[in-house]
Amino acid sequence: MIRVVLPSHLRTLARINGEVELDVVGPVTQCAVLDALETRYPTLCGTIRGHDGGPRRAFIRFFACEQDLSHQDPNTPLPEPVSSGAEPYLIVAAMAGG
Amino acid sequence: MSGVRVLVGTRKGAFVLSADGKRERWEVSGPHFAGWEIYHVKGSPADPDRLYASQCSGWSGQVIQRSNDGGATWEAVGNKFTYDGVPGTHQWYDGTPHPWEFERVWHLEPSLDDPDTVYAGVEDAGLFRSADGGQHWEELAGLRGHGSGPSWQPGAGGMCLHTILLDPSRPGRMFAAISAAGAFRSDDGGQSWQPVNRGLQSEGIPDPDAEVGHCVHRLAMHPSRPEVLYMQKHWDVMRSDDAGESWHEVSGNLPTDFGFPIDVHAHEPDTIYVVPITSDAEHFPPEGKLRVYRSRTGGDEWEPLTSGLPQQHCYVNVLRDAMAVDSLDSCGVYFGTTGGQVYASPDAGDTWAPIVRDLPAVLSVEVQTLP
Repeated sequence: MIRVVLPSHLRTLARINGEVELDVVGPVTQCAVLDALETRYPTLCGTIRGHDGGPRRAFIRFFACEQDLSHQDPNTPLPEPVSSGAEPYLIVAAMAGG
Repeated sequence: MSGVRVLVGTRKGAFVLSADGKRERWEVSGPHFAGWEIYHVKGSPADPDRLYASQCSGWSGQVIQRSNDGGATWEAVGNKFTYDGVPGTHQWYDGTPHPWEFERVWHLEPSLDDPDTVYAGVEDAGLFRSADGGQHWEELAGLRGHGSGPSWQPGAGGMCLHTILLDPSRPGRMFAAISAAGAFRSDDGGQSWQPVNRGLQSEGIPDPDAEVGHCVHRLAMHPSRPEVLYMQKHWDVMRSDDAGESWHEVSGNLPTDFGFPIDVHAHEPDTIYVVPITSDAEHFPPEGKLRVYRSRTGGDEWEPLTSGLPQQHCYVNVLRDAMAVDSLDSCGVYFGTTGGQVYASPDAGDTWAPIVRDLPAVLSVEVQTLP
């Protein structure tokens, strides 16, 4: 079970309270987590990355285990604490003002 | 008793302002989609409970919202706007070719007779259509592809398609306007297009009377006389009596002919409204006086409307999609400002009062007249 934390504006959009818990089949990569997230919440399609698995939106960041994973290959396996559910995968709205 | 519902898009959410036919006491609902930019909210003429809203943010891009109950509840629908085929390039600010990239939806125009059909004007300039209530969007690529598209350049606010007018008397005829390309007309439901800018003069472009390249800010039409069009251009208020084939200036005695919105009285096709703004550098009313100007002669002769509007120290702007009229017997006129005020006049502009004073900057105002 993977734990995902979304920024508040996307929780509101998808009508989510608190963390999301996802079951990911196969290797736990950023791409696989986002695929599972968008399958459960189609409203989020296009708001985190491009449609159909496109690139990360410029002002969205991916953190986990105190690391910035935003620039990693999305098919790289996530750290073990994330894939085991001990640590959440954080989808963050960059500090961009507005 | 009949009433009105004013749909307000702002920099940080949408608001719905409701009143009975007297338009004296208002209920304010919102913010809906708090924190998001709401470029436009508009209701279907065929079903007043069906609303569409364009919601976007720098973080998460575009979302389209739909309501089936007049704005009480909303659901997100499709947000995939993909240009048809190989999108190609337009001109960038420095004159170099720039790939067409979707940025946001500026304007949503529901069909006149089908609540599930809606058009979207987008940045970078393109026209999309949905026939399933906003779930799926398809580009009407004949507009970008008619020939002049590669020469279009963005205005300061981005290269946006901001105006869509549907001719109620001639199925298939529609108009679109783009900053800074100009006005365009289709007579076949948006499949093919032609520029309709003859008569426009723009000093800020190399060829002042070019076929395309004009910074058109807004078009307006009265449904009973759709061959007559009114235009607020970057500078100049213009009129066409032949569906855009030719234009002539009707700025007349306006204190300045720069501005953004233009609209037409619901029952008097020759009565039109503009909000003069000092200049392209000074986006506020002349002399700090917020004045709507009304012409009852289809242009050229204008009178200032000031009763109830601030006449000193007012330095707000009124954006292109931020004026609307209702169709009650005594036509109501509405506009919103970048200072967050929404003003209403229940008597065709003679007197004004603020409905709200302190919203986020207002991007758009539409009004529905309810039975």
